[in-house]
Amino acid sequence: MDSSQLLGITTFTYLFSTLLYVFLLVFKTPRLGPITTSFTVVAFLIQTAGMALRWVESYRMGIGHAPLTNMYESVVFFSWTIIALYLVVELLFKTRMIGAFAVPLAFLAMAYASFAGNISKSISPLVPALQSNWLIAHVITCFVGYASFAIAAALGIMYLLKSRSQQNQTSFAKSRFNDLPSLPFIDDLIHKSMIFGFIWLSAGIITGAIWANSAWGTYWSWDPKETWSLITWFFYAITLHARYTRGWTGRRIALLAIFGLISVLFTYYGVNFLLSGLHSYGSSS
Amino acid sequence: MKLIDQIWAFFASVQLAILTLCSIAVTSIIGTIIPQGEPYTFYVTKFGTKTATLFQVLDIHKMYSSWWFYGLLGMLSINLIICSLDRIPSVWRIITADNLAISLDRIEKIASLRRWELPQEKSNSIDWQSVLSNTGWSFQTKKCGQTILSFSQKGRWSRMGVYVVHLSILIIFFGAIIGHFFGFKGSVMIPEMRSTEQIFSSPDSKPIDLGFTIRCDSFAIEFYDNGMPKEYRSGLSILENGQEILQKDIRVNSPLSYRGITFYQSSYQAHQEFLLQITETDSGASRQFSLPFQKQESWKERNLQFGIINAEATGQRALRSKLWLKAGDGPAITQWLADSEDFSFTGDGKNYSLKVKQLYSTGLQVAKDPGVWIVYFGCSLLLLGLYMAFFLSHRRIWLYKHKAATSSIIYFAGTANKNKAAFAKTFSKLTNLIDQTICHDLEQHN
Repeated sequence: MDSSQLLGITTFTYLFSTLLYVFLLVFKTPRLGPITTSFTVVAFLIQTAGMALRWVESYRMGIGHAPLTNMYESVVFFSWTIIALYLVVELLFKTRMIGAFAVPLAFLAMAYASFAGNISKSISPLVPALQSNWLIAHVITCFVGYASFAIAAALGIMYLLKSRSQQNQTSFAKSRFNDLPSLPFIDDLIHKSMIFGFIWLSAGIITGAIWANSAWGTYWSWDPKETWSLITWFFYAITLHARYTRGWTGRRIALLAIFGLISVLFTYYGVNFLLSGLHSYGSSS
Repeated sequence: MKLIDQIWAFFASVQLAILTLCSIAVTSIIGTIIPQGEPYTFYVTKFGTKTATLFQVLDIHKMYSSWWFYGLLGMLSINLIICSLDRIPSVWRIITADNLAISLDRIEKIASLRRWELPQEKSNSIDWQSVLSNTGWSFQTKKCGQTILSFSQKGRWSRMGVYVVHLSILIIFFGAIIGHFFGFKGSVMIPEMRSTEQIFSSPDSKPIDLGFTIRCDSFAIEFYDNGMPKEYRSGLSILENGQEILQKDIRVNSPLSYRGITFYQSSYQAHQEFLLQITETDSGASRQFSLPFQKQESWKERNLQFGIINAEATGQRALRSKLWLKAGDGPAITQWLADSEDFSFTGDGKNYSLKVKQLYSTGLQVAKDPGVWIVYFGCSLLLLGLYMAFFLSHRRIWLYKHKAATSSIIYFAGTANKNKAAFAKTFSKLTNLIDQTICHDLEQHN
């Protein structure tokens, strides 16, 4: 058993987990709930084992480093963080319905990591610039932020579906989503996930700056990746200001959560392929 | 006066903040799409003469240091200052307010509210404050005639969180300004065995005097088996008045700092020149020579002549070199040697050991930034402020007891400025506690 097999299995278990959550949502079978959650936890543990094994394998190759260094590893870690955060949300707020919206994102990330032709799965040694403890701090802080924004966007989609179905006249459409948490609850949770993500994104930008300063003597160089992370930061700062001082809630915030994730994904992914800069791990591997 | 008020209100407004943030975000995108810092001709070939001229006028080619981008950042700073100054006084009044000066009709309007009416002797037998202070709330109390009012609060300073965030951003800007005016960025290439007293400012390449000497003692590059670079390492020495003060091996991510100036490993250059380290084994006398490719050199005292007559390289890196060597009137020998491989020979009755290594220059980024600690302080403050602003809330509870003719009326009220759902839970926990105490008390009396 090697790490790529375990991570390959993870892709399918997350798909199955997604199907279970959607089944739960559509057919309203609460008895399946604990099974769904347990299954997701098992899938998450398989992924954790896969990542740990990959770490061990890198040491066996004599180039030991945390599995957080190229596009493949970061996408795997992104899906891992989404599931970890989602499970915390499920535990804290005692609702499984969010799973039908959040878990698919983790599945999509794993599916992309497993099947996309343009990212390499091989464990490669670290170039000198990446040999720093700030690497781990930077990647973890950024991805906790990204995962939190992903969950905010999943909740945003959920909010829009529910609010549309409530306006709908047919009782069928209405009843399909009436098991979902109430709109004010979703709205509050979107806000909380955005705040949580915002703090971690701030920490991610700061750790990145400290790292850049220890490697090159410049904590900020307006490299495209840095600039886009700042743009994303501004996006959420504006959204939080609009909520606090203009009282924006509901559909507007839900939409902004979805747009926010698009900005996050562009910062994370698009910049590597479309714009050149220091974080070129996407295009080079 | 009216005009000043209007200007003040304009700069204090959230609309301006949102507009400024949007402008910075949107214009920042330009700089990620249009390549920065290229020469004028680059833009002419890529975008045409007219557009290139427009870029020149608007400083698009260096937009993050253009007057209008600094203007936007300045606008943001003014906005942060004025809007904070505008709001802090009223927030300060809430933080320092005398919450015992509240009237009953205001308590009755508080969202979370419970009311009990009890016979007087029962109400008197309950120690109301200690019921609640067991849960971590500490009370102030005021008696006024037939009324006893108690008040307790938590997290009042969290109201300052948002202003801590605003201040931290200003501190980060301040640190950046300090770095800009009192620091410099530059670079220098130093060949092994050479030293320098000045570096070259980037991007204008003006020489900057360091005030001391820096010498490159050695440079080494290591590769992984697959050919990727593993490590660049430079041995550096700092000298003052010819005295060696400090020696350190630097790597990427592990720089050398001296007198506020930091040297970062950034690049290297391989030369068509070699270093020969030769030691006479018996006496231990050792010397180092630099050998330009295919030029003959000599160690006159030992009557040795040598040179590199051939080399095998991948790219710029020499893997092996062919050494030619002649001791005294003996026959000349030639030997292929891998980079830094040890080689011993006897010539003219003496034993020698030697190694040959390609000569490199180390490329150093040099930075002096006295503002960096201010920036880091601002960053820590930013995280602290965000935590205060988002995760803490100001919670207040009042306990109001009024004696009427035969009974006592008790009010219990509470508010939180944020996360009201969590506060509602706390509040119901506290009211349950009061309920229990009353019930318990009733049982004892019966």
